[in-house]
Amino acid sequence: MAVMKKKGDREVPAMATTSLPDVVYIILFFFMLSTSMRDQELLVHYRLPEATEVQKLEKKALASYIHIGVPVSYMQAKFGTAPRIQLNDSYKTTKDILDFVAGERDNLSEADRPSMTICLKADGNTKMGIIADVKQELRRANALKISYASSKVLGY
Amino acid sequence: MAKSKKIPELNASSQADIAFTVLIFFLVVSTMDVDTGIVRVLPPMPDPNVKQEDVKVKERNLFLVFVSGSGQIMAGGKVIPLHQLKDKAKEFILNPMDNKNLPEKVEKELEMPDGSKWVYPVSEGVISLQNTRDTDYQVYIKVQNELTRAFNEVRDEVSMMKFGKKFADLDKPEGSVITKAVPLKISEAEPRKMGK
Repeated sequence: MAVMKKKGDREVPAMATTSLPDVVYIILFFFMLSTSMRDQELLVHYRLPEATEVQKLEKKALASYIHIGVPVSYMQAKFGTAPRIQLNDSYKTTKDILDFVAGERDNLSEADRPSMTICLKADGNTKMGIIADVKQELRRANALKISYASSKVLGY
Repeated sequence: MAKSKKIPELNASSQADIAFTVLIFFLVVSTMDVDTGIVRVLPPMPDPNVKQEDVKVKERNLFLVFVSGSGQIMAGGKVIPLHQLKDKAKEFILNPMDNKNLPEKVEKELEMPDGSKWVYPVSEGVISLQNTRDTDYQVYIKVQNELTRAFNEVRDEVSMMKFGKKFADLDKPEGSVITKAVPLKISEAEPRKMGK
């Protein structure tokens, strides 16, 4: 018994974990501030073209996204490998862009509508034909502020 | 016995677990990438009821950049490599020697943020960017990028001369003066039907 007691005395005291929640909360708040919510599942796969003179999208809340690219691998059996346009959560054609823009515009407040930006996320290997059709539709929908999404590189 | 009456400390050991759970939730559902891109403003759709008059642009004021389906770039009537495009465009925008074949400049009175006037010869030049339907988006963006770079460099130079600062470091009112002095005039035409 005496031996056992001695052993218990030599035990390392438990680490004080009272400040651990505070540390974790700080990391949590950092992530909450620096990231934004993932809003939709991507059905197309794209690699953005590279550019040096890019500008940051000013307000993410005012941006609507049009994704153009090859369908993701598990959708290819059904939809093939030709580039497609994704609006919200499904494949659409250029004809649907008018409705899409109207819907996105309705979601914004009156004051924000003029600064609505369409962010065109298209794969670098897409042909300009599709892009031009989309641009024509955007002009028709009177959504004139666009941003050709491209990843920033420091030089070629 | 005063010691036993002490309020027991709240057991906070699970607090960390809760915080971790919330943290991991945020890590999963959020993205960190910043959206960057080349910003452009499209021309408004012409009214179909109003008969369009072709805007006559003098030949010297037009710089035609054509990107073919195979990725070749033709600027001002000559096939040039991509890395020359920026300097060509800059020369076109600035026209430093007042060349008769390069765009004319119109002296415009610009209002400075401090209320004074600043007369600057604003170039009349328009860069027209054309492509075919089978041009790769990547090449198109590269060309757009070079043209943007030309404009940015010109703006930087003008801004350095006027304010002693780079364009990106200017305040909003000063920046808009430079934007008026060097307007971003890139016309993106509808693609040509050729080159299928």
